[in-house]
Order: sequence, then structure tokens, then C-alpha cells
Amino acid sequence: MSPAARRGDGPRVALFATCFNDTMWPGTPKATVRLLERLGCRVEFPLQQTCCGQMLTNTGYAAEAVPLVRRFVDVFGDYDHVVAPSGSCVGSVREQHPMIAKDDAALSSRVAEVAPRVLELSEFLVDVLGVTDVGAYFPHRVTYHPTCHSLRMIRVADRPLQLLRAVRGIDLVELAGAEECCGFGGTFAVKNADVSIAMGSDKARNVLDTGAEVLVAGDNSCLAHIGGVLGRQRSGVRTLHLAEILASTEEHPA
Amino acid sequence: MSARDEILSRVRDAVADVTTPPRASTGTTSTEGAPGSAGSASAAGSASSASSAGSAGSGDGAGSGDGAARGEGSARDETLDLFAENVADYRATVVRATGEEVPGVLADVLSDLGCRSLVVPSGLDPAWLGRLPDMVATLPESEVTSHRQLDAVDAVVTTASVGIAVTGTIVLDHAAGQGRRELTLVPDTHVCVVAERDVVHDVSDAVTRLRPSPGSARPLTWISGPSATSDIELQRVEGVHGPRTLVVVIVADPAAAQVADAVDAPGRGH
Amino acid sequence: MSPDPAHDRAVDGGAGHAAYPPVQVTSPTFVGMPKFPKAARAELANAQQRRNLRHATHTIRDKRAHVVAEVDDWEALRVKGADAKDEALTHLADYLERLEESLTANGAVVHWARDAAEANRIVVDIVRAKEVDEVVKVKSMVTQEIELNEALEAAGVSAWETDLAELIVQLGHDRPSHILVPAIHRNRKEIRDIFVREMGAVGRPAPEDLTDDPARLAEAARLHLREKFMRAKVGISGANFAVADTGTLVVVESEGNGRMCLTLPETLISVVGIEKVLPTWDDLSAMLQLLPRSSTGERMNPYTTMWTGVHEGDGPQEVHVVLLDNGRSHVLADRVGRQALRCIRCSACLNVCPVYERTGGHAYGSVYPGPIGAVLNPQLRGTASDIDRSLPYASSLCGACFDACPVRINIPELLVELRGKVVEESGPTAESAAMKAAAWVLSDPRRLATAQKAATIAGRLTGGRTIRSVPGLGAWTNARDLPSPPTETFRQWWVREHGNEDA
Repeated sequence: MSPAARRGDGPRVALFATCFNDTMWPGTPKATVRLLERLGCRVEFPLQQTCCGQMLTNTGYAAEAVPLVRRFVDVFGDYDHVVAPSGSCVGSVREQHPMIAKDDAALSSRVAEVAPRVLELSEFLVDVLGVTDVGAYFPHRVTYHPTCHSLRMIRVADRPLQLLRAVRGIDLVELAGAEECCGFGGTFAVKNADVSIAMGSDKARNVLDTGAEVLVAGDNSCLAHIGGVLGRQRSGVRTLHLAEILASTEEHPA
Repeated sequence: MSARDEILSRVRDAVADVTTPPRASTGTTSTEGAPGSAGSASAAGSASSASSAGSAGSGDGAGSGDGAARGEGSARDETLDLFAENVADYRATVVRATGEEVPGVLADVLSDLGCRSLVVPSGLDPAWLGRLPDMVATLPESEVTSHRQLDAVDAVVTTASVGIAVTGTIVLDHAAGQGRRELTLVPDTHVCVVAERDVVHDVSDAVTRLRPSPGSARPLTWISGPSATSDIELQRVEGVHGPRTLVVVIVADPAAAQVADAVDAPGRGH
Repeated sequence: MSPDPAHDRAVDGGAGHAAYPPVQVTSPTFVGMPKFPKAARAELANAQQRRNLRHATHTIRDKRAHVVAEVDDWEALRVKGADAKDEALTHLADYLERLEESLTANGAVVHWARDAAEANRIVVDIVRAKEVDEVVKVKSMVTQEIELNEALEAAGVSAWETDLAELIVQLGHDRPSHILVPAIHRNRKEIRDIFVREMGAVGRPAPEDLTDDPARLAEAARLHLREKFMRAKVGISGANFAVADTGTLVVVESEGNGRMCLTLPETLISVVGIEKVLPTWDDLSAMLQLLPRSSTGERMNPYTTMWTGVHEGDGPQEVHVVLLDNGRSHVLADRVGRQALRCIRCSACLNVCPVYERTGGHAYGSVYPGPIGAVLNPQLRGTASDIDRSLPYASSLCGACFDACPVRINIPELLVELRGKVVEESGPTAESAAMKAAAWVLSDPRRLATAQKAATIAGRLTGGRTIRSVPGLGAWTNARDLPSPPTETFRQWWVREHGNEDA
């Protein structure tokens, strides 16, 4: 990587790490930074950021999420590009923040400005940077689970697959029933644990049937759920976030 | 307060936030010359098609939005082929014939199916049944006085008001030649003779043509293949309560008469 | 209007009618239903049922996808369908009055029922006046909702369900578990056993050599029901659509049992929810394309019957229409929630739902199961019961239902909205305390950083080992490992690498 590229003459990007990634899976936002800088972006991490509020909203506490929405537009309002390694949190910002803010006209208009500029990683890479080959190297058999919010809320479509197909050395295998929910669903995973586990077990079986070494997805929460089931079965299948495979190189393997 | 008034008042209160007026005037409904009065684009489009030559052909153009190009010749043939294909796809039997061939086709079909008795709707062209074998007894609609009597009859022959290509549907409005509704329900075999000129392209064309006339609305039966169920393990079984055998005879429009018929077409079916 | 004075009172309601409750009274069958997770656990344990459901839902799912893909602009049709229903719903009183006028002009008798009890009373009174002890019925969700069969039975009238799946459910003393395929939870062998065991007690017995071949089972139903069709004097139906400007009612079906019930009896009574109204005849165009493809996955269903009041010399010569509220006006009053009334009962959302696929319909505690049930029941019935309070949570919010819905009901959005209502009505709970605490932590980056320290301490303690059990987290760890927290958060790493300056 040339020093010029590292300093970055590409777009200025705010990283929205998401609170779950920040706390539980720091490897994912780190990989995102590494990847974006490698592609010439000037990455900033506004330290005042916290959480999109999705867990509160989806559990029925939308009123409690209002301050988080306000904080979100304050923190990210000045950026042309906000990128998050989570389809679910981006979905929350783009689809739910307008709903949460609807009774506050001023907040509502801020949300309307900011929310559309918040992109999931694969959207940013393919649509803004215009790349599908990000120069990654990952010589393993991999299967991809498109998480529900990536697929049906923000509609990333096949962008993650375009990116994965261009990874050198990868053996990308198709996952049966890929578009079916894994059963995580936030508090659904504990409020309806039996159904959640039944769904997760079916997903894990489909993953095992592919013979993949690695399961990749754009959301660590879903991966924790499926990985939790796979781990309990001592299957040996690893879970990795999309950002970590895309950041992987021969020098810095994931 | 009466139930009526109470429900209406609740419903009004419930949408007190709505300020837009109703889309169409709910007080007047005019069919004559204004199928587009509801303001929907498809209705307006089809309204013009219904009054142009080759009604079904240009109806398909209006329905799919690509204009007059589909109204003529090959597009018309495509619509008719699609109709035949989709009717057959339901495992109904499809026969294509000319007008002169109809009596022979009906005789063959009914004897092949082993039908011994036939109920004949009032107004059906008597010439069509001129070549039936002697073993087939005919019963005029007017002589059917009970459901059980009809239950003993093997088959019925009718015409139809409209055929729909995209869905493989025939629609009966039970006017002359189509019999009252039970005639095409109780016997186990229904042979339906559809004129090519009555085949339209899609559902919206059919809906436009079938709009009930105020004060003299007809009942409609839309039929797409034989009676069927998928209630047991989602496996399709043909034949539960309605006719288990459906034969659709598509009759070519007489070449010389095509233009003249097409001019009459908007009035057909009502 | 009616030969029975008691009936007139029912029609005109008023004095004798108990207070008109804002929400639907939960029908006796579902009173005391446990909350969804508990009911679901019992259903999940039924391995046979899970196999039956998986096979059935995947079969219809694939068929639907195939015929929807055939349509050039499905999305435009969905918008058209949603618009037609919204138009009707937002001006419902106008269109109901128009419908009544059209129906009356065409010889039908229109009745209005505020709730289930009133609707049942109206129907029972008409049936009694006909001096019959049986009626034949077309499959109808609304008559299940009001438990009309039970009301008729109490009045000494047998109500024969004539749809094959409804017959299986009725003969099996069972409950429907799906809107379109009520016996979806039964396989062919179970159905054969029910027919052999039960048919004889209520009519023509099943053939002695009956096998479990679906064609033979359908034939047995045909023979069993035909005698009932032949002699029935009264038919009872619902309606898929009621067209205001023409007064036309529409029933969409497959087997021909609907046509039998709508055509052969002398008297026809149709119970129609007030949300079934369509403004104009032309609105049928979108609906008749959306419904069959979404529902059975066919280009068109085998039979659709349309009737406009009484048709002289053809079919029933006495036609009644009962317009029913039963909680619908309550749903209509909610600006977000009212979109659920667009529902045309196609059941596409059930077929694509990963939760429904595994639990089946019974766990939802209503005749309306699946995603649409999860949003409709708590709105129609309110959230006073365990089951109705738990239904908005019976979803992983995966969004498959919204994509499949032919009238674009945003079910995930509604579920979230309803969760808010449940929380609001529940007052302070352990959960609300925890959520408020979480909100307090998450609303400030310093508090979040402090909380994160606890996680990294736990991370250092577990040292990256797999976590198989944590007290209090049994719901998670019973069948899933828990990820071990890291020893350093991203935020700590960033500050270490880039300094403490905010961007």
C-alpha cells in the first residue's frame, strides 16, 4: 500500500461502527477501516456516536430511542458518506428513524437529510466507490447468508456476492434457503427462544450441508446466533463478517 | 341508534383525519359509454379498445400498454394461442375448430367421453347438436325442474361470454346459450364453445367487458380449468364438486365476417 | 323485510343491544389462550406437523413465486390493489352506503351487525324463519371469526362446511390452522383416518376401501357432500369482495363447493366484513390478478362467482347480506394500523413466514394466524389477553411477509408499532426498567464507554473461551454458545491508535 493511498485522496467517510460491533466484535469495524483506507478513503470515527436505537424500537420502546436518533443526526449530520458494517443498523437508520422522529418536525427534517447518506458497507463499495474487486485474498471455502435487513429492508441485493466473487482464492458456495431468516431477530431470540432456535438449527444444517469452512454475512448479530448454534454442535465452521473477508490480504489474513 | 347508523358513525369518526374526497362520485354510476368514469387508467384505456375494431385484439394492447401494434394479425394470433395453451395448462381439453366443424366436434367429444345424456341451455344453436349420436339423450333447460334431475345428467354444452388468454379463463354470464348457473355446475362434464372474437388478452380487458348493466346485472361464473383442490398436502386433484371434465372448443371467426363481427363485438356478452 | 319480529329488532338494533364494545370480544374458543411462546413450544414438539407444514408452505411459496414472476409489473399491480383498498377504507361510510343502495336496488336484503353476537342472531333468525335444520357453508373466514357454526348449532341447526379442508377440520373436531388451507397441518393418512371414522355419523359414510390417495379422498368428499348440496335450502357464505357501485359480491374458490352453496339453495346469506368493500367494478381488475397468484399460486383460481342481488330464475331468490363491524372500526381509527384492513386473506404472508412454518396456525390463538394474524388480532381484540399481548413479538421482523403481501401491508412496521402499544399499556416492568437503563447508557458515549469496560473485563476473565452457560441467559445459552466479549472495544482501539480527538 503506497503512502499516498494510505493518506487517502478518496472521499471522507464517517464510520458508524454500531454499538454491538464496537463492544462485542471490534474486529469488524477495524477491518472496515483497513479496507476503506486501502481503497483511498479518509476514514473518521466520530467518538460521540453511540447506537441507532434499533433494539429499543423493535422491543416497543421507540420513545426511548428519540434521544439516540437526535444524537445520530448531530454526530453524522456533517458527513456526505456514513458507512456501517451492519445491514440491520443501516436499516434501522434509514427505515425506522423517520418513523421515530415523525412527531418532531425539526428532527424529522434532519433525519430526512441524514438517513439517506447512511450506507451499508457493500452499498458504499459498489455504488459510491464503484468497485467490486477490492484486492482481497481469502483462500477458503465460504458460504454467504444474506441477512434479512440487508436483503429486504435496505435491499443490498447481490452487492455482497459481487464483492465476494472478486476475492482471490475464494471458493464461494451457494447456501440452500439462503434468503430465509436465521431466527435471530433481536429480542425475538430470547422472547421466542424455541422458535428462534428451531430456525437457527435449520439454517445451521444448511450451512453444514455446503461443506463451507466459513460462513459470512453482513451482520454480526445474525452470525452470533447461527455461530452459536454451529458452535454448540462443535461443527468447526467459522463465522466472519463480510468486512473481514474483504479486508483480508496475503499479508494480513482474516 | 340502529346498528347501521352506529357503524356508519363509528366508521366516519375513525377516519376523521382523512381530508381527501372520495375518488369517484359514489352517488352516480353510469355504464353507458363511460367505463372509464371511475378514473382508473386501465378502464379508460380499455374503453377506447372496446369501441375499436377487433375488440379483443386492441383490448390486449390497452391492457399491456403497447398500443395498437398488438391489435392486428400476429399479435391477435398470439393471444388466441396463449388462450389455448393456458386453458390446456389446467388440464382442460382444448379443441380448435371452424364454425362448420362444431357439430362434428361436439358429437365426437361427447361420444368419446361416453356421455349418455346432455342438458341443452335455452338459446343454444340447435344446429350444433345436429350430429349427436342417437345414444345421447338431450334434455332442454326448460324441462329441468330439480337439482336431482340435473344430477342424473352427464354433460352440458354452452357458449361463453369472454375468454381470457393470460389466465386461460372462460367467463359465463348465463345469458342465452349459457344456461342458468346450475347447468354448468351439477353435470360432470362441461363442453364450452368459445368464439375467437370473444377472447380478450388479460383480466382487465375482461373486467371492462363484463361490467354489469344497472338494473339488469347478470350473474357471472369465471371458470379456469376443471374443479380442483390442493387441500391434501398441496397436491392438486382435479375434480371435487364442479364438473371434473372441461372441454373448451375455440371456434375460429369466419374470415369474411370478421370485420362485421368486430364492429358488433362491444355489445357481445350483454 | 323479515317475517320474524325478533329479526327486525336485530336488524335495527338499538334498544335491546348491549353496549357496542370498541374491540372484538374474543370468541369462546380462544379465551384463555397462553401467550405465543408457550403455545409455540407445544406446536414445535409435533414433528409430524412440522414436516407437513414445511412441505406445504414451501410448495405454495414456490408456486406463488413462479406465477408472480410471470407478471410484467407486479409492483404496479400491488400499488393499484393497495390504492383501491385505501380508497375504500378512507371513505368507508360513503362506500358502505353506496353498497347498501346497490344491493337493495338489486333485490338483496341488507343487515348491519355491530359485533359477532348481533351477526349470529341475524343469521340464526333468518335460518329459523326458513324452518330448516341444516345449512351448507362456503369456506369463510368471517363466519369462523364470529363462530357462526356454534351459534347455529345452539339453535339446533347443523352447519355443513363444504370446502374439503374445512370438512377435514370439521369432521376431525379440529381447528383450522391456515387461512387458505385450514387442514395444512394434516397429512393424507391422517385425513383418510378422519374420513373413515367420522363421515358415517353425519351423512354418507366413506367408501369401505378408501385409501390415502388424494384423488380418492377428494372423491369421498364429493360423494359425502353431494347429497347435502342437493337438499340444502339455505346457503351461507362470506365474500372476497363487495363492489359498492354495482352491488356485486364475489366469491373466489377452487372446488366448486362455493358455486354449489351460492347457486343451489333458495336462500343465500352472506356475512361480509365492512372492510371487504371495493369502490368500483374496475377495482376488481387488480384484485382478481393479485389474489389467485398470491393465494394458491395459480394464474387464476378454478371458479369465481359474482352475483348482484337476486337474479330472476337463476340461483337463490332470497339474498341476504350481513355487513359486520366486530372491531374493524376500531382498527380503522388507527392511522398506521388501518392498513391491516387492506388484507384480502390470501395467506401469502403465512406461507413465507419462517415462524408460521415452524409453529403452524394454532399457536396464534385466532382464526387469523401468521404475520397478518399477529397484527390483526391485537388490533381487532385489543391487547388485554396474554395471547394478544404476545402476538406482536411473534416475529423475527425478517420482512418476508411485507414482500409477499399483494396489497403492501407493511407488517413489520405494524408489529413494531404494536409492540410500542403493548409496552405503553403494560406499565413498569423488569423489561421496561432494563430498556430505560439501556437507553440511558446508549444516549451518552461516556456512559457507553464505562459500560463497555465491564464487557472487556468479562472478556479478559473468559479469555476468549466459548461461553456455554450464563445465569439469567438460559433462553440464549440452552442451545447456543454465547460469543466471548473482546478484551478491547473498537472505541478503545481507535483512541489508542488515533488519539482522543473527536473527528
